[in-house]
Amino acid sequence: MIENRPWLKMFSHFILVFGVLIIALPVWVALVGSTQPEGSFNSGSVPLWFGDHGVQNWAHVLFAEAGSTLQIPVWHLLLNSLIMALGITIGKIAISIISAYAIVFFRFPFRGAIFWVIFMTLMLPVEVRIVPTYQVIANLNMLNSYSGLILPLIASATATFLFRQCFMSIPGELVEAARIDGAGPIRFFFDILLPMSRTNIAAMFVIMFIYGWNQYLWPLIITTDDTYYTLVMSIKSMLSVPDGDIQWNYVMVTTLLAMLPPVAVVVGMQKLFVKGLVDAEK
Amino acid sequence: MSVYFPQKKLPYLLVLPQLIITAIFFLWPAGQAVLQAFYREDAFGLSQQFVGLENFVDLFSDPLYYKSMLVTMVFSFSVAFLGIGVALWLAVMADRVIRGKMVYQTLLVWPYAVAPALAGVLWWILFDPNIGPIALFLDRIGLHWNHFLNGDQAMILVVISATWKQISYNFLFFLAGLQAIPRSLIEAAAIDGASSFRRFWDIVFPLLSPTTFFLLVVNLVYAFFDTFGVIDTTTQGGPDGSTNTLVYKVFKDGFIGLDSGGSAAQSIVLMAIVGLMTVIQFRFIERKVQY
Repeated sequence: MIENRPWLKMFSHFILVFGVLIIALPVWVALVGSTQPEGSFNSGSVPLWFGDHGVQNWAHVLFAEAGSTLQIPVWHLLLNSLIMALGITIGKIAISIISAYAIVFFRFPFRGAIFWVIFMTLMLPVEVRIVPTYQVIANLNMLNSYSGLILPLIASATATFLFRQCFMSIPGELVEAARIDGAGPIRFFFDILLPMSRTNIAAMFVIMFIYGWNQYLWPLIITTDDTYYTLVMSIKSMLSVPDGDIQWNYVMVTTLLAMLPPVAVVVGMQKLFVKGLVDAEK
Repeated sequence: MSVYFPQKKLPYLLVLPQLIITAIFFLWPAGQAVLQAFYREDAFGLSQQFVGLENFVDLFSDPLYYKSMLVTMVFSFSVAFLGIGVALWLAVMADRVIRGKMVYQTLLVWPYAVAPALAGVLWWILFDPNIGPIALFLDRIGLHWNHFLNGDQAMILVVISATWKQISYNFLFFLAGLQAIPRSLIEAAAIDGASSFRRFWDIVFPLLSPTTFFLLVVNLVYAFFDTFGVIDTTTQGGPDGSTNTLVYKVFKDGFIGLDSGGSAAQSIVLMAIVGLMTVIQFRFIERKVQY
């Protein structure tokens, strides 16, 4: 800052540390609670320090069963979530990178109309068209299947839009040079465009992985068979029991396990994530 | 770009996968929603009857729908203002410190990755009337907390959960915006004798106004559509509809109430709202690109 005022700097640090602590508070309580034995919540507040059932609880939830009405181990749900998140991420990037390529590097009849049809999906999140989309999936016999979990969520224009922006900034001379050297469109795509967009693809990957992992409503309505449950939505069936019967220590373990992978991705790839987020909105 | 590849068939092949997916999972259901909005299904889902605009008339003469609109407004603007305010404050503080900026960023950014449904569960634990440390503390100082019975408290709980997750997003944009403000401007004001408080309100805040406006729109869209999970895991629209937002109502009426016509009519109204917000957002972004 302009003036060097030690107390002002101290004050800033104080506010920031306070903010960080408040934001971390719920996770701290859940972490502490996840190490408590089953009965410890009936007698009052969540204890504010670790109990001695940590390993036991986590192992039970991960490998035996999640608890309450959910009699399936969480590692299976983790696997489902991973399949869904990766399916959505890879599918979305694959179809949108080639359609953006077509829209930017070719001129063909109905190009504008096609762009608008794709672009329109931006305006309709799944939550809004939930009932008819469910009926379509039911008609296609895709309830309780991985393709039912993945395919409808691939239909979104955000990635197409971002790749279009990024391709439009590539100079035309590059295309010209490639053509003079005898490279066709396929060759150009694989040898020049893909290597050039590496960081953009990676940033997109981070954002889409989080989007896919955190899906809640869609898996909730199209899966009734718990072998297809995803981790985030499974929390609902652990909570849908009478108030006194909620097995809080298991709920806390499951919640923490469900948030761990996307949080790790964001923290581990922070630079890419920030780039992806800020660029997507520009 | 002015150079293109001459192939005629290849581009169609390239857009085909996305068009097929869009047609099956987007255009078809959207068309169905439009159709269903003009039909009414009997209680067993056996027959449908064309009723014209009756679903819309019912919708707009239903006091519960207006209540839901009001709830959505209160919820969305609370989330937007609270989230923007807290994030701006933290970003200004983080911009001031020299050492540890990245550490603070890391420690503030991770809630973005937490699913809204889980954010709801985490805050429910803190506010649970039986076991939640915050609820029990409030009880001790004489404020009886039970968000299962008290509508205002239920609203406070969902606002806090939804905002908690969104602060990190706003923080990143404000920090980027603050770092883009030329130092010389602020130095000049300091030489002219402006206090750091005046420098913020007269220089920094006006220069951040494009970012703030952008974040306002994004936050409203977020509160409208991405907070389904928060509400479904914590209050399920209750007690007595006090957290029943428009998006939650579409789901509730369609899947639990089995009123597909009414739910579809609500979907159409929501589509119009999203369309409008998207247009505002893009108008604004285009303007931002120009300068």
